[in-house]
Amino acid sequence: MSALKNSQSPKAVKSSAKSAKSIAILAIGLIVFSGVAVIQGATKIKLGLDLRGGTSVTLTPRASEGTKVTTEAIDQAVEIIRQRVNSLGVAESEVAAQGSGTNRQIVISVPGQTGEKIVQLVGQTAELRFRQVLVEGAPVATTAAADAKSATLPSGVNAELNAKYAALDCTKKESLQGGSTESPDIAVVGCDRAGTQKYILAPAQVVGSMVSKASAAIDQQGAAGWYVLLSFNGEGTKKFGALTTSVTTLAAPQNQVAIVLDGLVVSAPRINEAINGGSAQITGSFTQEEASNLANVLKYGALPLAFDQGEVLQVSPTLGADQLHAGLLAGLLGFLLVFLYSFMYYKGLGIVTVASLMIAAAIAYLSFLLLGEWIGFTLTLAGIAGAIVAVGITADSFVVFFERLRDEVREGRSLRSAVESGWVKARHTIIIADTVSMIAAVLLYFFAVGGVRGFAFTLGLTTLIDLLVVFVFTHPLVALLARTSFFASGHKWSGFSAKSLGMKIKTDGSAELKG
Amino acid sequence: MSSLSGIGGRLYRGETSIDFIGKRRRWYAFSGIIIIISAITLGTQGLHLGIEFKGGSEFSISKAGATVEDGRAAIAAAGVTGETVVQKVGNDRLRIQTGALDSFAAVKSSLAQTFGVNVDDIDTQIIGPSWGKEITKKALYGLIGFILVVMVFLTVAFESKMALAAIIATIHDVFITVGIYALVGFDVTPATVIGFLTILGYSLYDTVVVFDKVRENTRSITSTGKITYSAAANLAVNQTLVRSFNTSLIALLPVASILFVGAGLLGAGTLKDLSLALFVGLATGTYSSIFIATPILAQLREREPAMRALTKRVAQHAPGAVTLEAKGGLNGSNSGSETKVSWARGPRNQPKRKGR
Repeated sequence: MSALKNSQSPKAVKSSAKSAKSIAILAIGLIVFSGVAVIQGATKIKLGLDLRGGTSVTLTPRASEGTKVTTEAIDQAVEIIRQRVNSLGVAESEVAAQGSGTNRQIVISVPGQTGEKIVQLVGQTAELRFRQVLVEGAPVATTAAADAKSATLPSGVNAELNAKYAALDCTKKESLQGGSTESPDIAVVGCDRAGTQKYILAPAQVVGSMVSKASAAIDQQGAAGWYVLLSFNGEGTKKFGALTTSVTTLAAPQNQVAIVLDGLVVSAPRINEAINGGSAQITGSFTQEEASNLANVLKYGALPLAFDQGEVLQVSPTLGADQLHAGLLAGLLGFLLVFLYSFMYYKGLGIVTVASLMIAAAIAYLSFLLLGEWIGFTLTLAGIAGAIVAVGITADSFVVFFERLRDEVREGRSLRSAVESGWVKARHTIIIADTVSMIAAVLLYFFAVGGVRGFAFTLGLTTLIDLLVVFVFTHPLVALLARTSFFASGHKWSGFSAKSLGMKIKTDGSAELKG
Repeated sequence: MSSLSGIGGRLYRGETSIDFIGKRRRWYAFSGIIIIISAITLGTQGLHLGIEFKGGSEFSISKAGATVEDGRAAIAAAGVTGETVVQKVGNDRLRIQTGALDSFAAVKSSLAQTFGVNVDDIDTQIIGPSWGKEITKKALYGLIGFILVVMVFLTVAFESKMALAAIIATIHDVFITVGIYALVGFDVTPATVIGFLTILGYSLYDTVVVFDKVRENTRSITSTGKITYSAAANLAVNQTLVRSFNTSLIALLPVASILFVGAGLLGAGTLKDLSLALFVGLATGTYSSIFIATPILAQLREREPAMRALTKRVAQHAPGAVTLEAKGGLNGSNSGSETKVSWARGPRNQPKRKGR
């Protein structure tokens, strides 16, 4: 061992101090950020809906005639849906566009057990239009031929439209799916939402974006019960005035104006007088809920896009807790197995693996806490899976380093010089390999939706943490350990013994210590 | 374990050398057969797609003693016809998958009634018919984007031929993994697709580590003239073999634990689908880095005039050395251990060791 002491050159001492300093800085950093987390009140990782229960709906914008999927349109749609969802008053509800460019999807997540309501509310991602009723009738299909003579048709209705109307059967489920994307400029046929009436409707004079305000109110005298108050903007006032003026004098059903949402008639009130003041009341035998739902539809109905419901996921808190436990258990098990293998194969060096992984886990935990506070990061089941998979990738950096180290020792270097020469080579490999892993994570993040993004995010984050840990913890730690006699002398449990390296001991007894 | 280490030492010094590159046709043939079988199965029976790709509904009920028969009766009572899947998951969870439903709420309330649970406690998933298409489209974009970006990156970090060989190996992995899915009939869900995409990253990661060593070993081979490119590359694969093995095992351990816990506790779902894809993919990824990527690289490089000249020089200077052209190394049966050692005898292989 005397050879070891003698070789403590000034440079080696400096490098030893540097290693210790690097670990100390990491420790201070961890403490500081833990403090920040506590001060900011981020003491719990925010969990995704799949881990705590809730509903998530993913919507895909659908291009239709006259509407184009643009970034602005998606942004506006997000804004409108967010308003609708917030109107439910559930804390921590979230509406966000995910993906890139016009390829984005809208993901709505609402915690707790409001499932059905959300699905219905968000399902009404539709265009709102005011159309004059031309023909109204029973919902069943009739034979078109009987009254196809154009002379008997009301103005604005042609034979083609009439045939369509006759064929329409509103008692069928598929007629009530809504989702109509027909242009507002043409007359259409449609059902009411309950499937109890069918209509031929004139081109839309007033559209949803002209509505400036809508609210539910109750008639204090009790005569009319709940009703909906409606106000229009400047353009809307003019057009709604013109529309009502033109229909009041007509006979039923043409004196009705249908409120059409998503291709279905929500309500078709009769217009008793011209409404030129820019505000209107819709009365009917509404319950409070019906009135406020209608007001919401009117207020936020003017979505600039039509959507396909991509996925609706409803997770109860029980299942959420189960998934969380399973994720944590899998993580724990994965960690344990990696620990065991490291110890079996690398013996003493396994301590470095375990310590490094624990540091990496601590940094990851802290990142989840802080990112939850800063950018609203939530940990999902897929995210946990990403983190567990990353255990393997992180541990691999150590394997690359250790194998290099052992190769250098096999070449006859002392452990201490092997740490430096092996590190220089391993560092290069680790950086390139992690970059590839990072590219994969970033692309996954931008091309994917929903849970997948959680996976990609944690995968990318842990790759960065891996780089950090290898550079400021693992390498310095190994450099320090290489100075201890246990490792430097190649103790049989150190992982550097000649036997475990598979080195041949020279038979002429000329083995010597190299300083 | 120490015996593995011993092998590591021998592999490193080139005393034990497995002829990965010389026997490349054997590996190519092996992969080729699997890919052909995969292609045939894909063509004939296709992938077993989950409801995410077809559109439909899934219900999951947590209730002790719930039976599959009860589940079937409940959905039949709600008037659901067509293809349905009712499965028991774990101890007391029942999973029911149906096609697109007219009366989603009716099914839910029928289930709630049958099993005596609250409607809100039934976990549901509704998937629109275009959802799967959307995911597939995005996965394809991701795949193409990834390959392009990595191509550029590896060309800058290494060289264009390494990039090409790495990408070929990666595409090979995806092919084989998808083929295995078709063959075994595992369910393909969006989580599986993510697994496939992650494999891309991982397979390349593994290849990068091997190539880094290849690059180191071949840096000055033209000036020393003692070893052919193929031989140097083969030594690199052998030297990183223990690492590849360790890495793959260490990566597989956590994935296996997700698979085990995910499948055991939760039954089918994100965790199981993802980890299964990763499990299959990691295994093929390791195989391809060793058996496919490096041989392809060596083949690409050996075509270069400089490398051909080198091979000639090596053959002249060291008659004992085996070159790919001279001996082919295809069968390796008569080359014996002696030639194998000389294959790997590189500049770094001199007895520098001084022991301790």
